[in-house]
Amino acid sequence: MSPLPPPPRRLTASGVRLAAAALVAAFATASPVVIEAARAQTSIQAPGAASSPKRIADGVWFFEGAREHFSRANGGDIVNTGFIETADGAVVIDSGPSLRYGKAQREKIREVTGRDVRRVYITHAHPDHFLGNQAYEDVPVEALAPTVRVIQRDGETLTQNLYLLVGGAMSGTIPRAPSPLTGLGPGGAASAGTSPRLGDATTVEIGGRKLRLIALAGHTAADLAVFDEQTRTLFAGDLVFFERAPTTPNADLDVWLAALAQLQALPYQVLVPGHGPVVSDGAAIAQTRAYLEWIRDTLTTAAAEGLDMNEVMRTRAPERLRRLAVLEEEWQRSVMHLYPAIEERSLPITTPR
Amino acid sequence: MQRRAFVVLMTLGGWSGGSALAATSTAATSSAAAAAAAPLAAPVPASLATDPLQSPQWPGMQKRFFDGQTVVFDPRVTVVMPASAEDPLLVPVEVHVTGLADVEQLLLFADLNPIPKILEYFPSQAEPSLAFRLKVEQSTPVRAAAKTRDGVWHVGGSWVSATGGGCTMPSVASSEPIWQERLGEVAARQWSRPAGHSRLRMRIIHPMDTGLAAGIPVFHVDTVTISDGGGRELARLVLFEPVSENPVLSVDLKHQGDLRIVGRDTQGNPIDARVSL
Repeated sequence: MSPLPPPPRRLTASGVRLAAAALVAAFATASPVVIEAARAQTSIQAPGAASSPKRIADGVWFFEGAREHFSRANGGDIVNTGFIETADGAVVIDSGPSLRYGKAQREKIREVTGRDVRRVYITHAHPDHFLGNQAYEDVPVEALAPTVRVIQRDGETLTQNLYLLVGGAMSGTIPRAPSPLTGLGPGGAASAGTSPRLGDATTVEIGGRKLRLIALAGHTAADLAVFDEQTRTLFAGDLVFFERAPTTPNADLDVWLAALAQLQALPYQVLVPGHGPVVSDGAAIAQTRAYLEWIRDTLTTAAAEGLDMNEVMRTRAPERLRRLAVLEEEWQRSVMHLYPAIEERSLPITTPR
Repeated sequence: MQRRAFVVLMTLGGWSGGSALAATSTAATSSAAAAAAAPLAAPVPASLATDPLQSPQWPGMQKRFFDGQTVVFDPRVTVVMPASAEDPLLVPVEVHVTGLADVEQLLLFADLNPIPKILEYFPSQAEPSLAFRLKVEQSTPVRAAAKTRDGVWHVGGSWVSATGGGCTMPSVASSEPIWQERLGEVAARQWSRPAGHSRLRMRIIHPMDTGLAAGIPVFHVDTVTISDGGGRELARLVLFEPVSENPVLSVDLKHQGDLRIVGRDTQGNPIDARVSL
């Protein structure tokens, strides 16, 4: 294969994302645009491989995914992942959607930092976040205990499904379950089966860098957030989406909203959402909250009025949410995910006992 | 319960030996076919050539359900579904008939399901419209045929593409079946609508087993009759295997007030409930 220029999407995305660029400039000593341009001349971007990382704080970088659904064109690279440099090597947050992505991610981290990866944390059990684990079989990969269990149980199904959606970019990818983080969060290893404790946190020190690991839930049964104490950078995983409609296949809206309140209380200066641009203020959390509250209220009202699913799907989002990428699709999906349980509560049992 | 059935579908080859996942690969083709079909402006005699959904299975459907009868493709009969089935075991379907008088029966079927026939609806004192959820094996046309008093079948429909998705995939967590202790239990509610009409929604606890998963015989809700307080039939449904487990049905009755819901499943287990406004 002859060297090709990188896909225009990446250049365009970095060019127009003014808010993100301004933010990056505020926190980085080197211009990320220059870094990306240099990288673009030397590497070929295969579909679904991790893009070039962008520096968002001192020693903190993120790989930005497309604000799209899975497709053959994007090869599954729709997710934000990141890493934090330490004296002992990088700490990676999420390994991405495929072996190809994970390998590219690890290679680029070596290029940027001159060191290898020391640890990988997986935020939750959705396949775009953990299927790069194969690239880290010689590195500790850890996640909350329920996340580990879901990957062990459903990993094959999730992987096959992603293959069908993105095709060849998944080549060679097989699910690898992380190890459970001990003593943290919902059903921590020492206490499997105990009830979730939202907001359990522990601080780990790796290569002189202190990272706060926070056990939350709501987007899925277990969602890990990683907070870098030094730069106050928060990797929020898919608890926070920005400018892209949140996904809800395993969501518990009330738990999710409680988790957002906990995240908002953290003294972060930079927030990396699971999907969408990095922010330095509360805008991403506020937008995620507004969307989830709209979903919850709309579905509850619809059930009380006796609507069926297709009728509910025709509800239009309020003006302030309409700019979110893939809004219509995600709203329809959310109705299918969440309405059955909500309508069930609106239908009283009428069979005589 | 849906989760359990999903595991069965995945691991035992689902309906007919092809896995639900393998089926999703046809989605792109099907969507393309659907996009190519022009919407009908007026009823046309039904044939392979005139099928707005361009389904190769239409001739087989026509022979099976309408042999020797008059059938037209009719834009006044519509089937509303999301374009993409988030969960192939739970495809929401909404049927409307507008501007067509004297509809005596609705017949729902899906051309490409291994068991095409979904349900029959006899809306004697109800609107010829309903909503329910469907299991699909793969991307398929879903059709509604409305039979008018003159014996003509008016057919409308649309395609649904059965695609899953990484984040989109439902968990395959198993859960304790409630079918042993609550089989046939009805949860229902009636909502007042203008002109003395009402919306009835009901959920019936039932596994709706298709018989196509190894080791699990056919077992589904058969008939459900909705009557008023005086015993007059308002509407009757006959369900078949493709209706989703724990069926949720929405109908619009030309009646308000006390209702009785009576039915049985394929093993004769009774369904019996009363609903008031």
